[in-house]
Formats: sequence, structure tokens, C-alpha cells
Amino acid sequence: MNKLYEKYIKKESLPTLFCPGCGNGIIQIAAMEAMEKLNCKDDVACVSGIGCSSWIPCYYKLDVIHTMHGRAIAFAEGLKLSRPDKKIMVFTGDGDCMAIGGNHLLHAAQRNIDLTVVMVNNYIYGMTGGQKSPTTPVGAKTKTSPYGCIDEPMNACKLVMSLGASYVARWTTAHPIQLAKAIAEGLDHKGFSFIEVLSQCPVQAGKNVWGEKEPAKIMEKYKESTYLYKIGSDDPTGAVAEKNAEGKIPIGLFKHEQNAKEYLERVEEKLAQSGIAR
Amino acid sequence: MAAKPGKLNEVVLQGNEACTKGALYAGCRFFAGYPITPSTEIIEMMSGEMQKAGGAFIQMEDEIGSACAIIGARWGGNKAMTATSGPGYTLMQEAIGFAAVTETPIVIVNVQRGGPSTGQPTLSSQQDIYQARYGSHGDYEIIVLAPSSVQEMYDFTIKAFELAEQFRTPVILLADEVVGHMREKITIRDGGKEIKSEKQKYVVSPQADFFQGEFTTVEGQLHDEQGRRIGHMAQRSGEFIYNLNKKITDNVDLISDISTYCMEDADVAIVSYGSVARPSLNAVKHARGIKDDRLAPKFKIVKDLVKRGVKKTIETDYSHLKVGLVKINTVWPFPEKLLKQVTQRVDTVIVPEMNVGKYSREVERVLKDKRVISMSKCGGEIHTPIEILDKILEVTGIDEEVNLDE
Repeated sequence: MNKLYEKYIKKESLPTLFCPGCGNGIIQIAAMEAMEKLNCKDDVACVSGIGCSSWIPCYYKLDVIHTMHGRAIAFAEGLKLSRPDKKIMVFTGDGDCMAIGGNHLLHAAQRNIDLTVVMVNNYIYGMTGGQKSPTTPVGAKTKTSPYGCIDEPMNACKLVMSLGASYVARWTTAHPIQLAKAIAEGLDHKGFSFIEVLSQCPVQAGKNVWGEKEPAKIMEKYKESTYLYKIGSDDPTGAVAEKNAEGKIPIGLFKHEQNAKEYLERVEEKLAQSGIAR
Repeated sequence: MAAKPGKLNEVVLQGNEACTKGALYAGCRFFAGYPITPSTEIIEMMSGEMQKAGGAFIQMEDEIGSACAIIGARWGGNKAMTATSGPGYTLMQEAIGFAAVTETPIVIVNVQRGGPSTGQPTLSSQQDIYQARYGSHGDYEIIVLAPSSVQEMYDFTIKAFELAEQFRTPVILLADEVVGHMREKITIRDGGKEIKSEKQKYVVSPQADFFQGEFTTVEGQLHDEQGRRIGHMAQRSGEFIYNLNKKITDNVDLISDISTYCMEDADVAIVSYGSVARPSLNAVKHARGIKDDRLAPKFKIVKDLVKRGVKKTIETDYSHLKVGLVKINTVWPFPEKLLKQVTQRVDTVIVPEMNVGKYSREVERVLKDKRVISMSKCGGEIHTPIEILDKILEVTGIDEEVNLDE
């Protein structure tokens, strides 16, 4: 076991329940590297929902709440308000975050409350055996879209950017170094940080979503089908986080507003204005 | 309750306000909520008072989020509460189950209104008596307190926080619109009470608050004492469920609290809880000839009827009825042993409640050798003392009427 693992992983909880080839392990390591980079392990607690990705923090040597389906952000808000001095990291999936938990995502982003949300997007409900999720591409055949998925997929980054989220980035499991850097930036940023990670689920979604069952090949596809977006650059589609004219998905940092006032800052400001001693 | 001495103050408060005061006194320092009639005064008052007390307040996007946020806040080390009613309480059920299985001490106030669904937003009921006990899926035990006065809204809220910490469980304060909205003179204390969050021996989950270097894992799946999942292991899961439930069932005597009135020589007992205990008490006082000014308006109505030309207005004499009251303060876990003890003498038990007659089934189950009569009243109005006494006359078969004006 390498040193990072020794420090961050509860050995007695291993092995993980992830399938071979799952992207969760890459994300689990990236978040460990991010915490290590900031040297902030003692100040971090994790909250997760239900789904494969929500098991990521359960192996960490950290305080963790593995909550209910869709509600991780709501639990995290309570924890953050209870301990404003600490960093709260949320692990959630596309279904957990945008379908059943959509309401909490909207309002937490709008509040710009200081949380770091890592949304693992594998385009499928993996744990229940491969049903369509809010991000499943149109036409993809899944267990609950046998004739092809009908709904247009939701774009989480675009959604939270339209609200008050002040740090928004998207990376893939094929970009582990950039991902670790983004999570570190998110943890360091005071405000609602949202990091979408495009991940692979070779077992439940492989062929139907990516036309590939091999995890390495899916990751190869991620490299081919994405382009690096740079803040301030011309966006051919006119909408950040949307596919460009060639149909490529933008990855990278979409928004980093350092001056946006965080929720708790605004609370304290209002209380001070009203003369309420704290 | 060994309360920390604080100056006593007499104040006139609304039930919902008294609940808020009680929570702050008990050291509640986090409140998350969503407005819903008839509990709204609690979130309104909390929005102003919580931060003054050095705590945190947030109006969440729904009741699901509110219940989840208070659990998160409790693991952060703050005693936490939410308050709701009817539909909001239904939305909180999954989080209540989560708090039960993770053994998180939280307090949830349900100021009951009439249901089902949107039901009767502004009128009272006791229709959630079973939901308070069985609302979330799966097998768990829970503690539920039913206040019947503004003073009890204050006292029981404090007690709810104590029991929550003592048994590491969600505690429900099952109030209703009547006690939530009425105003009474009550005694409250200055300052605050320190309710200790000690490590409890009967708990089967990790207990350490966050950020103490203990790496607490709070796991909604059945788990071991380290918070690792055991849901896929049948035998260990079975043991977990039994232990989780035994935590409450083995301590029913410690938890149970009932009050009695005129039960020493009673032949008939009124068993009631929550706001319905009020007319029940008045019924006992009336039958026993104990003066209570609050009964006066009832006689005025009788007189008014005479004035309005109602020819045969009668007032019944209840003075031969040996009625007593058993008021159940901790409605769940069901105080079986205590109830059996205090009702030893009586042969008839009347259970008035503002629902279709639910709690009476439980009374019937426990008092098998007695005649248990359910006195259901739906629609939003509370029973009157006279209605209760008439019911007793009816079921005891003694019906002596005395004419008022002849």
C-alpha cells in the first residue's frame, strides 16, 4: 500500500465494492491527492448520497455521512452551518444529484454555500443494474429505455452555473491529474464548488452509452470526444459547458468567481447590519 | 429533570412560541425548517432567535431537506430541531428512519393538522399518532411525547432533547393545532440547560461527533460499531435490528411518563393524550364537583339555549360518576406497565381522540380484561367535557336526567 493510501484509506474496510474497471477508484485517489495537496485532511468531512459513487468516501479515514438517496447536499448544508470552519466535500452521482436530489442541488448552488460537490457522471443508474439516468444520451438503450432513451440529457455544469455556483469545472477519469487539481481548487474555494467527473461504468452502461465495454477504451473515447475549454476563449456554441460545433464536450474550468459572496458570509453580514452580536 | 437553576419568569406565550423557547433553553443551536400551517410560528421565531443565541438557522427548500440538514448539523456537534405539520411530516419520514438507524439524536416537532393529504391546514387532529410511531419503513422504535398545554410545549421540548441524547434516537414532539396555537400563562427559565451528549452503552453505531479525529462513519445501511456495512449479512443484520429496538423496549420504564387525576377511587378512566387531555380533565373535574372557572362558558351556552326558546334544555347530573383521568405524556413507546398499574381498579376505559380511534386499539391490546371504549372525533374540533361525560353515561348505562327549567 502506498503512503497516500496508508494515510487516507481504512484498510479494514477494503476491498471496495466497485466493479473491475469502474472510474470510482480514480476519483477516490484524485480527492485524496487534493486533500494532501492542501494538507487539510483534519478539516475535511465527507457526505454522500446513494449510488455507486456515494461509496467513494466510505473508505476514507475521515468523518463521513453516507446518507439517503438524493439528500447528500442537504445533510452537508446542515453540517457546514454547524461547523463553518470546516471543509465539507460531497460525493454524488448523476441520478443522486440531478434526479432525486435536484431540488437540493438548485438551492445549494443558488445560496453559494461553501461545499465542494464532486458529481460522478457515469450516465447510468449503475447500482440498480443499468437504468436510464438524467444524463443518459438520447437513443441509448438501457434497462428502462429498451427502445432508446427519449429525454434530452441534463447538463449539470450549465445548470449550476446559471444559479449561484462560483466554482464549476468538468473533467473525466482520463484526466486524473487535472481532476485532483480541480478538487483541490474546489476545496480551497470559498463558495459552492461543483466538479463534474465524466466516469465509466463498463458493466452496466458500456456498450449502450459508449459503444465500448473496455474501460480503457471508454477512457480513450473521453480523450477523443472532449476539448479543453478556457475561460475567456471564444465559445463556438455560445453556451459554456455545451458541446461545440464538432460535437465535442468541453472540459476544464468553466467558472471561478473568487469575489462572489458565500452564503455564511452574507448571513454574518446581515446579522452584523442588524446589530446582532455573535 | 435536574434543571440548571435559572430565574423563573411567568409569561404568556403561544404553544409554538413556548416550544421554541424550550428548544433554545435545552441548548438547541441549529434549526432548519420550511413554513407550514399550523407550525409556522416555530420557524418564524427561530429565524429571529436562533442566531441571537449563537446558533444557525436555515430555511430549506423543503421538509426533506430540513430533516436531513438537522441530522448533518447534529453530527457537527449542534443540538438540532425542525418543526412541521401534516404533509411536511410525511416528507420527513425517510430521514427519521435514517436518524433511527444511525442513532442520531434529533428533535422533530409535528404540530398536527387534519389529513389525509392537504386535509385541514388550519384545524386540529391527532391523526398522526401511528405515523409518529410507524412512519418510516423498517423496524425501529422511537420516542414520542404529546404535550397538552403551553407549559408542556415548553417542558416536553426540553425533555425531548434530553431523551434524544440519552437514547441516541430521534424524538418526536407530537403536538397539535390546539396546543400549538393557544396562549397560556407559563413559567419559563432564564439561561440554558446543559444536556450532556455522553457516550451511551446501548448504542450499536459510532457516536463520536465529527472533527474529533475519531473518523466516524455514519452509515444508513445496517452497520457494525465502526459504521461498516453489514446489510448483506443476514445474521449480523438480524442482531443489529434487535439491538436497535431493544435500546428503547428495554428502557420503557425509564422513558414512560403518565399523569393521573382522581384515579384513586375511579371506576371509569379516561385515557387521553395531547390536547384532548384538556377536556378530559375538565370532564373529571365536572363530574367530581371540582370547581373550574373554565367550565363556566359551557353553562352559559345552556342558558342561552333557554333564552332562545329551546323548550327542553336539560342539564345532566354526572355527580355519581367516579371518573378519573390517565394522561399519557410519552405516547410511544407505549407505557404498558404504567397504564396497567394505574387502571387496576377501573372496569371501563374511555379513549377520546381526534382521529378515527387509533390509540384506543393499543389501549385495548394492553387492557384486555377491561371494557375499552373508543371515542373518536374527526373534523377538527376537540371533544367537549360534556361530550365525554355523556359518552361515559351512555356506556355505563346510568342515565339520570334532571330538567333544567321544570
